[in-house]
Amino acid sequence: MTRLLKIVSCSSLRFFLQMRFLLLFSRQGKLRLQKWFTPLTDREKKKVIRDMMMLVLARPARSCNFLQWRDLKIVYKRYASLYFCAGLEDHDNELLALEVLHRYVELLDKYFGNVCELDIIFNFEKAYFILDEFLMEGEILETSKVAVGVSLEEADTLQETMEEYMSKPAY
Amino acid sequence: MSPSVPLQEMIRAIRSARTQCEERGVIQRECATIRAQFRQADNEGRSHNLAKLLYVHMLGYPAHFGQMECVRMIASPRYSEKRVGYLGAMMLLDEKQDASLLITNSIKNDLANSNQYVQSLALCTLACMGSAEMCRDLAPEINRLLRASNSYIKKKAALCAVHIVRKVQDLGELFAPSARCLLTEKNHGVLHGAVVLITELCECNPESLERFRKTVPDLVQIMKGLVISGYSPDHDVAGISDPFLQVRILRLLRILGHNNEAASDAMNDLLAQVATNTDSTKTVGNAVLYETVLTVLDIKSESGLRVLAVNILGRFLLNNDRNIRLVVSQNILTSAATTQKQRISLCIQLYFSFPIPPSRALELSLALVSASNIRSMMKELLSFLSSCPPELRSQTASGIFIAAERYAPSQRWHIDTILHVLTTAGGDVRDETVPNLIQLITNTSELHCYTVHKLYRALHNDISQQPLVQVACWCIGEYGDLLLRGECQEMEPVQVTEDDVLDVLEAVLQSHMSSPSTRGFALTATMKLSTRITENVDRIRSIVSIYGSCIDVELQQRAVEYNALFKKYDHMRAAVLERMPVIEKNSQGHTNGDSTGETIKENLAVKVKQAEPQQAANQVCDLLDLLGGSEPPLQSSPALGSTAPLPVGTAGTAGGDLLDLLGGLEPTAIMPVSVYDKDGVTVTLSCEKQSDSGLSITLTASNSTDSDIRGFTLQAAVPKSVQLHMKAPSGDSLPARGAAKVTQMVVLNNPNKVVNLKMRLRISYTSQGSAVQDTVQVDSFPGLGH
Repeated sequence: MTRLLKIVSCSSLRFFLQMRFLLLFSRQGKLRLQKWFTPLTDREKKKVIRDMMMLVLARPARSCNFLQWRDLKIVYKRYASLYFCAGLEDHDNELLALEVLHRYVELLDKYFGNVCELDIIFNFEKAYFILDEFLMEGEILETSKVAVGVSLEEADTLQETMEEYMSKPAY
Repeated sequence: MSPSVPLQEMIRAIRSARTQCEERGVIQRECATIRAQFRQADNEGRSHNLAKLLYVHMLGYPAHFGQMECVRMIASPRYSEKRVGYLGAMMLLDEKQDASLLITNSIKNDLANSNQYVQSLALCTLACMGSAEMCRDLAPEINRLLRASNSYIKKKAALCAVHIVRKVQDLGELFAPSARCLLTEKNHGVLHGAVVLITELCECNPESLERFRKTVPDLVQIMKGLVISGYSPDHDVAGISDPFLQVRILRLLRILGHNNEAASDAMNDLLAQVATNTDSTKTVGNAVLYETVLTVLDIKSESGLRVLAVNILGRFLLNNDRNIRLVVSQNILTSAATTQKQRISLCIQLYFSFPIPPSRALELSLALVSASNIRSMMKELLSFLSSCPPELRSQTASGIFIAAERYAPSQRWHIDTILHVLTTAGGDVRDETVPNLIQLITNTSELHCYTVHKLYRALHNDISQQPLVQVACWCIGEYGDLLLRGECQEMEPVQVTEDDVLDVLEAVLQSHMSSPSTRGFALTATMKLSTRITENVDRIRSIVSIYGSCIDVELQQRAVEYNALFKKYDHMRAAVLERMPVIEKNSQGHTNGDSTGETIKENLAVKVKQAEPQQAANQVCDLLDLLGGSEPPLQSSPALGSTAPLPVGTAGTAGGDLLDLLGGLEPTAIMPVSVYDKDGVTVTLSCEKQSDSGLSITLTASNSTDSDIRGFTLQAAVPKSVQLHMKAPSGDSLPARGAAKVTQMVVLNNPNKVVNLKMRLRISYTSQGSAVQDTVQVDSFPGLGH
């Protein structure tokens, strides 16, 4: 019975908002964060990173924030000395992706207080923890800034409590 | 045991290394220490060590020896160690590694942990690197969490379920009921996760899609709440309440409404509301609007809503923000969702859109031209022609001609279009345009009157555009009598006297703007008028004789010959200067060089013997010979009792010049053919027959990508019997976005008249630091009539 209702057109309608990857790198081409939302080999990852750096760093100052690379749309934005670069699938809403990058920066800013690149270098694992509270599987996990901040605080407290308990030096 | 350097000190040490070598040294020492410490069973600074290793990994150094440590850390009871352990797992392990299976058990345990942050770590890691096996294993656990936990865990479980479904589609069935329930939650994070999960389920499984259609009213309700609700500080972004959730809901609605009337109806009002109420001053508003428009165009929306959507797109195209313009033009114009008509109206607005190179806009427009929209498209193309950058004018003109020829709804429209182009961009049209137009005009006998009136007017206004002037002169010469008759059905006739006409032609003759060939046209036209007008023949005679001593040899020769026609051969003048017959389209490679020498003599004889000018056969030759008639025909044909026979060469050149006068006879426009089009690099080829066996090919390369191309070289290979000579190219770099082209001439000599001439081209260049090489075979050469 259900076979009769099979809608053929559906198969052509794959609208992913899957972000494939998120990279942070400096103007000098140093990688500061890499998050991969699809499985890739190390070699492939390195190639993507190289290509992204080459493409994005070569862009003139006032160009669009979007470019095409292979079958992906690349959205990037420069914040101070860091480039935030995301690779999206073809049917994605790039304008929203810009907002996603911006939200991540806001979260970092809230956590570190006037975040700068050095914060992300010396506390890279925290940058990852923040990212993991915001995005998962290439999708947004929590749309409220406040909620993300609260969970990070609580998790950090949990960590410290454990540390204190075990009287180990603070991480 | 040496104390391990805390993470931050290590980072500092690495950063202060002045050379790559020094850095490697520091890292090697650190790694050695870390490795040693990993081997020790119980270690205080385990999380520090792993963190250091992860940093080293991010710099690009190998860190796989840390994989087992990750596994161990994940199993540790301490939260700090778990946190870093899971981070390590996400960075160092992926589903392809065997070690990843080892953490399945830990994840399972942690999913059941009483502390939500521990659970969240497990969920996050599973969603990041869970393999299909792990997913199958843990799916029931995730489903349980989807139903019975707090919001924090529910939202994470929802996205984890998305990952599972992406990996193992069959498991979708498992999550469907839970997903439905999640829609009743109030927490935005959970709602977002639910919408993403439902979207995923609908996409994998058409049956799920059917079932989830029932959620459309719920989704509409949620969306309405977001759009209408007051300010919510938690989720507000620039005045829009939770744009992320709004976009996801819109996308799900799109999938549910696609090809379904009922669902589309249910969301119609909502979409209209979102489209009108969303503030479009910031990017975030535009993101929502964009998604709305995509949705409207993709479902069975009513026409009013569609119009609204297309209007919004139109506004986007004129937006100051280049991002929006780029996104819309790239996505919408090629999307299957927009209809042809919508695309055209958007194309129109594209011309003002800066990030789109005008050449791309032109290409798109030309590609979209069809029989049904030719009139409106042509209007736009013509206005584009007047405002486009100079380097594109030639291409635009060619494109317009091709489109006009293919889709012209009427002859008159066709002629009008060509005239318009000549008036606007006369200097940029190709050489074959003039003979093509002349042929077109000749063949449209019912419009001779209209055409000559129109051309006369154009000539009266402006005698600077050479192709136009040439065609106009020719026309006036041919159909001057119709002009003078002063009646015309198609348009308001001009009251013209013979003097007026001669004035205009004389002006052309005397103007410094006229090229030599234009003057040739004008002189011949003047001569032809001598049989079409009645009163001012003397004037013509005097004009012609003046030019008998013109410094331009070509004009002088003509004038002398026309003079002779007046004096000695007056009885033949009428026959010689008769109206042209209809010219058939010339297709089999007859070119300038070909027909002249061979045919001029015999056809001259044929022609003169029969006083019948309306000879349909062998039109090329007729054309030649009619004009050959006005040359000293007497010199080349014995039948006319010539006094000084012209040497063959001269006859050839004379014929050739005459052909030149008419602009040669290549009725089918030799448009450059694209032979290579890949990765933004295009190579077009146009060729011209130089002689019986000689062919000159022009290869033009251009680069439409965003980066410059260097070291661009072309190599060519041809069959053995054909000789190839490549001239030096105009350059070897192709700047980005088609700013300049590289042309190269290739001369082929085909003495053995190889029939299916092929040429292989190798294209090599460097783009963005990498060398590219490609080979393409050219099987047919335009204009050779293959």
